[in-house]
Amino acid sequence: MAESLQQLILDTLDAQSTIQDTRLLTIPGQSVPAASHEDQITILGALNSLLSREMIIYETHETSSHALTPEGSQIVAEGSHESRVWAALPAKGEGSPLTPMQLKKQVGDETAKVGQGRAFKNGWIGKEGDGLVKLVATIQDTTQNDLKEIVSTGTLKAGEKILADLRKRKLITQRKGQWFTVRKGSNFSTSTAKPETDLTVDMLTSGAWKTSTFKKYNFDAEGASIDGGALHPLLKVREEIRNIFLEMGFAEMPTSSFVESGFWCFDALFVPQQHPARDLQDTFYLSDPKEALPPEPEYYKRVSTVHEHGGFGSTGYRAPWQHEESSKLLLRTHTTASSAHMLYKLAAKCRGDKVESDEAEFAHGSSTVDGTDDGFKPAKLFSIDRVFRNETMDATHLAEFHQVEGVVADRNLTLADLIGFMRVFFKKMGIEKVRFKPAYNPYTEPSLEIFAFHPMLDRWVEVGNSGMFRPEMLEPMGFPKDVRVHGWGLSLERPTMIRYGINNIRTLVGHKVSIEGIENSPAVMF
Amino acid sequence: MPTVSVDKADLWERLGKEYTTEEFDHLCFEYGLELDEDTTAEVEAAIKAGLPAERPQLKIEVPANRYDLLCIEGIARALRIFLQKVEPPRYKCIYPPGGESELLTITCDPEVKKVRPLFACAILRNVTFTPRSYASFIDLQDKLHQNIGRRRQLVSIGTHDLDTLKPPFRYLAKPPQDIKFIPLNKDQAYTAEELMAVYEPDKHLGKYLHIIRDSPVYPIIYDSVDQVLSMPPIINSEHSKITLNTRNIFIDVTATDQTKLDIVVNIVATMFSEYCDVPYTIEPVKVVLTDGSTRISPDLSERHTTARASYVNACTGLSLKTPEVSSLLQRMSLHNTISPSNPDELLIEIPCTRPDIFHECDIMEDAAIAYGFNNLPHTFPATSTVAQPLAISKLSDIVRLEWALAGWVEVLPLILCSHEENFEFLNHADDGKTAVKIANPKTLEFQVVRTTLLPGLLKTIRENRSHPLPIKIFETSDVVFKDTSRERQARNERHAAAVWCNKTAGFEIVHGMLNRAMKMLEIPLIGNTDHKAETGYYIKESSGELCLNGLYQLWVSSSVTDPVYFPGRAATIYYRPAPAKASNKLSALSQDIKTVLHVNHDVEIGSLGILHPAVLANFEIGYPCSALEFTLEPFKKKMQKIWTNDE
Repeated sequence: MAESLQQLILDTLDAQSTIQDTRLLTIPGQSVPAASHEDQITILGALNSLLSREMIIYETHETSSHALTPEGSQIVAEGSHESRVWAALPAKGEGSPLTPMQLKKQVGDETAKVGQGRAFKNGWIGKEGDGLVKLVATIQDTTQNDLKEIVSTGTLKAGEKILADLRKRKLITQRKGQWFTVRKGSNFSTSTAKPETDLTVDMLTSGAWKTSTFKKYNFDAEGASIDGGALHPLLKVREEIRNIFLEMGFAEMPTSSFVESGFWCFDALFVPQQHPARDLQDTFYLSDPKEALPPEPEYYKRVSTVHEHGGFGSTGYRAPWQHEESSKLLLRTHTTASSAHMLYKLAAKCRGDKVESDEAEFAHGSSTVDGTDDGFKPAKLFSIDRVFRNETMDATHLAEFHQVEGVVADRNLTLADLIGFMRVFFKKMGIEKVRFKPAYNPYTEPSLEIFAFHPMLDRWVEVGNSGMFRPEMLEPMGFPKDVRVHGWGLSLERPTMIRYGINNIRTLVGHKVSIEGIENSPAVMF
Repeated sequence: MPTVSVDKADLWERLGKEYTTEEFDHLCFEYGLELDEDTTAEVEAAIKAGLPAERPQLKIEVPANRYDLLCIEGIARALRIFLQKVEPPRYKCIYPPGGESELLTITCDPEVKKVRPLFACAILRNVTFTPRSYASFIDLQDKLHQNIGRRRQLVSIGTHDLDTLKPPFRYLAKPPQDIKFIPLNKDQAYTAEELMAVYEPDKHLGKYLHIIRDSPVYPIIYDSVDQVLSMPPIINSEHSKITLNTRNIFIDVTATDQTKLDIVVNIVATMFSEYCDVPYTIEPVKVVLTDGSTRISPDLSERHTTARASYVNACTGLSLKTPEVSSLLQRMSLHNTISPSNPDELLIEIPCTRPDIFHECDIMEDAAIAYGFNNLPHTFPATSTVAQPLAISKLSDIVRLEWALAGWVEVLPLILCSHEENFEFLNHADDGKTAVKIANPKTLEFQVVRTTLLPGLLKTIRENRSHPLPIKIFETSDVVFKDTSRERQARNERHAAAVWCNKTAGFEIVHGMLNRAMKMLEIPLIGNTDHKAETGYYIKESSGELCLNGLYQLWVSSSVTDPVYFPGRAATIYYRPAPAKASNKLSALSQDIKTVLHVNHDVEIGSLGILHPAVLANFEIGYPCSALEFTLEPFKKKMQKIWTNDE
């Protein structure tokens, strides 16, 4: 039926180009035009189906129609209560009048009660003694006539006032209805073949795609959800920063030693043995294993001497040296411990250590003083790895975080070089405005805190630390005096939290991180 | 970094200018201080609301090695010199009118060597305090106690109204029961023994008691009539306490090392000597040391050293002339003159207030600060090097990427975990030879460094209950093992691990993840009974069988079914490294013999399996899980050497 109706609509449109009023259509299988509300609902279904294929367009017209209640239907069949009362009575003088009781018996309680009043009011009946008689010979049953009109047209020409009265008498009920004006759509055709929702392999094989019509795609809806894999957002930022280092010619340092000794983590860096960073409050010490094997004795001696008694042009800390502090094992508090170890290796040839020469080593921009080779080769090194602090944890601090560290070692590097270099490095991270504050750090001199202007916060925020490693650290390693080493560091978490607008570090690192959050973290591009 | 709270109006008065917050912030920044907070707005709001309010304060962060900036006196002095409003002061020891013979003396008893060996002191004469300068004096002592004094452990200070005392003084060490005096802010005398009990619950003093408590003798300072001055490092006596009206102050300092002793006595004396009738003068004291020698304390003499303009220029990238460097240093409180014999050289007198200067590089930094770090030219180092990633980073990135491409999610749990999580929860016993243990964790969450990636992955699943199943997560990161052969007694190892959690355990899923990683690393899959294949990997049901290792060694495979897994659903992963190229016929022959003998060179690199239900219960996971974990170390590729950085 649905298809034949669609076909009828299309055929009618084809012939007439417009269907002004769908109530004039005759639904296939029916004999009369589709005037009823139900018929229009059926037609609407067909219209929407055609609309989705853009075969037609239509306008909706609202109507308000009326239908009879069971009482109203009875009136259409048997006449109104008042007419039935009138019909039951004898004409005046032509028989004995009926008493109200007799009338009730004849027409029923309800009809007698409602009909009497209205018949009196219309002047159709009158009293004669105790009984009732007809006063007129013929009557016009307006109620029945009105209801008959409503049955056939759904409304009444006489107007809303009478309709309202009939509603009040519960003879009719109001029904909202619609009808439609239909025109051809952009895809109009008289074929009702069902539209395809997707291109299929069968269509390709059969060639049906050439003639098929396709259902309109809803471009407002979201696509299907994709269950892809995902890399962790912090490590995406790590990769981006790693790439910056690689773009700038840095080699990645091995940092695969979370466990360090007090010697490498602090002493070698000229951090005094009584420095607060070495407190139990700040550093994780190990209970098992407890003590490191001794470092190379000559180097150890040079380091302990420069601390305790000075040397290399320095007064030193002139504080008692405890071997115990030096050999304590701990979890590294900074990757600078690894950098110190790498620098110590870099200085091997300068110290005169026998280093296996490797002809395959890249020529490394080696520079010499006055043509004499003191064994120094410049290096640019970086690392990004985990460090540990025995801190009380809060929204921005965990006991472990990632440190980004860069080191440049060359002859005659200057503080201006460091600052210039930092400007370029941070620019690559998307940070344009930086400034430098003198600071204190036991292993660098000068030491500079790096501040960046944060446009959103509208203030300067600290983004990292930098400096030139102290001669008390470099010279005991064996570096020539003209070799200077820049170092800088920042945390990986801070720029990542800024990048992703994260306030609580626990939602970024650790097991409490939501997997869904990882899945939905956008890519990083500085 | 210590934070010093200074009175704003007082500071403006000392600097001779009312700065805006922004101006002062800038000045601080250039000098290397940090303006943390200006309480003016807070104070004004309190006044408006009719609440009691203090005077507006500036909270200034000070570099930890600048003890001379721990009070308003020092900050104002340094900034006035920096702003060239005044010359750096010369601190002077002034003897009493009668000269050295009239110096007060203090004798140190050799007994003190047993507890707190070193002593220094100084006298400030004709001091005039105001309530605020008095408060600052107390506050500086506290700052020094906390910082350089390491909570009085290394150095402690006592200050006394000299006019209440009868010198000469004695610094002794006596058994605690033999010491009795009325301590500061108390109205009765206690023995030192009693004081330990009295101060035990004291929030402020209780934390210092441990420094001497267990010593057989306690340090104590007396005057000539056995009046106690103080019992370092705990408390002064009530008798000699200083007040707003005190005019002559005796400062005692005790310490465990000479350098810090000298720094502290000099800082206290020089900072507050500005309130003496003749500013910056200090009266010294003759100290008879434990060895009988005498020393005049304090020693305010400058340290004489040199700095070269050429060195300053070489390090900073500037090209300043020697006089320019000279005036920059003057602004940093360093008196200096150009050497008559070498026009490049400056003769520097480092005041006793600047013990942070060890080396010419510290002087160079001062010159750079005075010049302005942000005024330096923008240069770029010419250092030319070749970039190089680490082999292990590249390798682990390959596995990370392949697994993410396979639809798995990378997680990032913590490296530290509880002992239980690393052992008991995984049905593992701690053999004491595996994991590195932490001595002083603040919480039980950080007892050991993980030896497996599993606890972090399982905790992540536990915390992600609401995530739709299946959960498929992985991590490639380091675990740590004890290793007695190394200097640091431990080594990191890069592991890769994945856990699948669903309504069914899915052994085959994690098995597939292993296959995928190996395929991408071009490690061929070989049969577990194939002794001929040169290289490859295979998995073998974990069981307690005997294996041959090396030519004649018999050993029981460590791979008896790991109790972390469900019995019968666990396998060990083996890897057979490619043989080194046989260099001669003999070794080729030996290779053949080994093959014939089925000698097993294969290394166990990890395992996979369905997790044991008890393990799941330990981690509060209600769904079956399969896990895979193996080491990546054998697959590291030899990189081209830039320079040797192998262990």
